Amino acid sequence: MDFLIFKAPMLMVQASLDGILLGILFALIAYGMALQWGVMNIINIAQGDLVILGGYIAYTMYLAGIHPAWGVIVSPIIMYFVGVLLYKLVINKVVDRDLFISILATFGIAIVFQQLMNFVFGADVVVAQSEYGTTMLFDNSVTLPNSKIFSAFISVLYAVALVVYMKKSRLGRAIRATAQNARAAKILGVDTEKVYAATFGINAALCGIAGALISITLTLHPYVGLPYTVRSFMIVIVAGLGNLPAVAISGMGLGLFEEFADYILGTEFRIGAVFMLLVFILVYRRFKLSKKREYLK
Amino acid sequence: MGNIKQKDLILYSGLIILGLAAPYLFSAFKVQLTYLCVLIVLAMTWNLQGGEMGYNTFGNILFYGLGMYLTASVQVGMFFPLAEWTESGGEKTFVHTTAQYFQGIGVGLLVAAIVPAIVAGAIGYAILGLRGHYFAICTLGLGIAAGEIAGGIEIIGAGQGFTTPPFPAEIVDNEARGKFFYFLSFALLIGTFVFVKYIYGSRFRLILNAIRDNEDKAEAMGIQTMKYKITGWMCSAFFCGLAGGIMGGLIGYIDSTDVAFDGREMGVFMVLMAILGGKGTLWGPVIGATLFHFFKEGLWTFILGWQYVALGVLIVVIVVYFPEGLMGWLREKYPERFGEVIDEKDRKAQVELK
Repeated sequence: MDFLIFKAPMLMVQASLDGILLGILFALIAYGMALQWGVMNIINIAQGDLVILGGYIAYTMYLAGIHPAWGVIVSPIIMYFVGVLLYKLVINKVVDRDLFISILATFGIAIVFQQLMNFVFGADVVVAQSEYGTTMLFDNSVTLPNSKIFSAFISVLYAVALVVYMKKSRLGRAIRATAQNARAAKILGVDTEKVYAATFGINAALCGIAGALISITLTLHPYVGLPYTVRSFMIVIVAGLGNLPAVAISGMGLGLFEEFADYILGTEFRIGAVFMLLVFILVYRRFKLSKKREYLK
Repeated sequence: MGNIKQKDLILYSGLIILGLAAPYLFSAFKVQLTYLCVLIVLAMTWNLQGGEMGYNTFGNILFYGLGMYLTASVQVGMFFPLAEWTESGGEKTFVHTTAQYFQGIGVGLLVAAIVPAIVAGAIGYAILGLRGHYFAICTLGLGIAAGEIAGGIEIIGAGQGFTTPPFPAEIVDNEARGKFFYFLSFALLIGTFVFVKYIYGSRFRLILNAIRDNEDKAEAMGIQTMKYKITGWMCSAFFCGLAGGIMGGLIGYIDSTDVAFDGREMGVFMVLMAILGGKGTLWGPVIGATLFHFFKEGLWTFILGWQYVALGVLIVVIVVYFPEGLMGWLREKYPERFGEVIDEKDRKAQVELK
């Protein structure tokens, strides 16, 4: 435990800015999760591994000599097809089954992904250098890597684009209709199978963008997927399904929490703190709901 | 009726004799046999949760890891300063005498059984109020958080691991170590089986099933569901802790995320074994664990490096295509054997409808 951070205002500004920029990235992943959870009623444990795979696509481009920032365009395109393929192979068989089945099945997919990435890209921690430099604020006492600002900007851009797409396009309308009532949508001529495939594909594409951004701002490793899944799950529970501003705000809140936990508890407890926060949020939610139930009695 | 009892008697005594003779018959495979016993115990206790109560937990690994750390810590801490032991990597500085070793592991296992059960009781009220997938994800989080936190605590070795006390050097017989752990785990297996079988014949099981089938209705019928859920979880935790303690001694080295809170292996294995054998049956987890262990040991070496890919694919295949498990499949095929009376006319009518 180390509370020095509260005595140094500049450190707090640093942690807050880092946290918010990181949180926007988390919110993008969480948006994908909310989308598929709302439409298909599936909790995808492999979400984080899709993110990491997206990151490795950008990293491969970096190795090939292309600037990794182009990954935010290439990676979602590849990941969309990965998502659709995954849907055709496995997910379509668990869509209307028990939720635990989907959790376990995607857990299996996550293990396969982790191991395959381990084979292909090795078990080293890697990062793609964007060479964007850093921005100094407040007389050089706060440093912000430009790549983080870039990633937050791209995340917001894609999120807004997706919202507009969901509102305006034909597929977006079909997705929203299916989310509201899959049977009614089917009766009215929506090919729900296609909608599901597209939803899962879009989710994977969002993961791809987030992954490409993570490859230049943070680090990549085949086995760090699960924390991203848990983060996005947490954000979705706090924000609720289909409430985009809330997703953005709770994403930033999570980012802030993590940066401060990092300073206060020490870096070795960072992931532990994230998982404990998940437990606390779920328990808090359970007591809040049980109060409501007693009230109804 | 008496006839069936006799058949059971023959079966059980046969299995016990086989179990007792196994380390002499297959003396090269003692470690594998110990693993098998522990796996069966884990699958059976998971089945109490996931199969009977309908609370699919990924968190039983928490008790397993806790038991492992507790046994080793008590075993060391009873005689030597724990912090210095972990710092020096054990072994060199301090040596357990034979009496100290067995006293230590005895007390350690006792603690490893009781403390996880108390922990389960303490967190049960908060955690078991969650339903369905929230419970599953919450317990998944708990297991991983425990591993991450244990990896940051200095006194139990933090990231570099914890060497458990080596088997006393005075016992020269190399076989003795393997036999000791095998019989320990076999005793645990018998204890667990007897306990679970007792539960299967009791009212407690019916209550757990009522909770699984419809918790709100069970509550409306006047069952204090929370009380029974916590009791069930505490039973699981008790046996998981013991299993962990034995495993820690057998492996000889505890790592926070790869051995103790090993959600990626043990935590998934126990779910998979129970589902493979058939959730909600007495023999399902036993058969599932045995099959899985044979499959794992037989195949792992041939597909070295690819074993996790195989594991992941196996999970997907079992869960997607085989969710009822082996016992469920047998039940579908030979319902008479399971004591279900079938109306032939009704069955024919059903077939025609399909």
